[in-house]
Amino acid sequence: MKAKVFVSLKPGVLDPQGKAIQHSVELLGFTGIADVRQGKYFEIALQDSANEEQARESVARMAREVLSNPIIEDYRVEIEG
Amino acid sequence: MKFGIIVFPGSNCDHDAYHVISKQVGQPVDFIWHRDTDLNSYDALIIPGGFSYGDYLRAGALARFSPVMESVKKFAATGRFVLGICNGFQILCEAGLLPGALIRNRDLHFICEHVFVRVETSDTPYTNEMTPGSVLRIPIAHAEGNYVCDDSTLAELTQEDRIVFRYCDQDGNVTDAANPNGSRDNIAGICNPSRNVLGLMPHPERACEELLGSSDGRDIFRSLAATLAAVA
Repeated sequence: MKAKVFVSLKPGVLDPQGKAIQHSVELLGFTGIADVRQGKYFEIALQDSANEEQARESVARMAREVLSNPIIEDYRVEIEG
Repeated sequence: MKFGIIVFPGSNCDHDAYHVISKQVGQPVDFIWHRDTDLNSYDALIIPGGFSYGDYLRAGALARFSPVMESVKKFAATGRFVLGICNGFQILCEAGLLPGALIRNRDLHFICEHVFVRVETSDTPYTNEMTPGSVLRIPIAHAEGNYVCDDSTLAELTQEDRIVFRYCDQDGNVTDAANPNGSRDNIAGICNPSRNVLGLMPHPERACEELLGSSDGRDIFRSLAATLAAVA
């Protein structure tokens, strides 16, 4: 079983890296880009014996307490069988 | 009075802080490895600058889980003094000892230069030997020093007089041009509600001798030493 955690900056928090990326891809000729936000992505391999519901709860707590800073970031957890 | 300097893997301003306390302030000081948890013999702790845990995940995020940090929280709760400088400020925010967060500088650059900061309040153990409005010339050296917080936190910091330093120009004007990293309201340093925990991005320990270009940072350590002498 695998858990995927997506961490992104909350709306309204300045993302200078996203802005720089947007600027660069526009310089390369890509058009129609309204905004770029950069985030983080984690893959967490879980032992096969893990129970999906418990895994979701435990990974969500991990995301809340470690992987994200709730003052500036949101997170989303996906569990894959 | 005894000072302790917490050393994480990746701290790199620990020796600067040690030098200032031992040579400029002239007080006993120890290095405290991040796995130690007994802080009972100390009156004040410094969480120094550097790149604890290589800034992995977020600056200061992993240091927060070092064994010493639970003891630091208890230490702060007893009213004893905790000074976080640069990465130390980031760690204090991550640990929830100070509100808000420090994100990437608005122009993305790592900035290493002398800046001016205005002392906003003398009502802290770290600034009580200074006059509000006075301007200090102190270096910054960071990529993630852009202070952010929500509106209610900012209102609270303002009402409770907990914004201790703001970036300013050399005449003490707080302007956007004098804001090196995009920090909200030009905030360079804040304290907790009981005022014994201070975090700031500038490095006062790098500005304690004229040979280094400025000795303005010394007043912060002198204020703290005077406070400690008064309570002893």
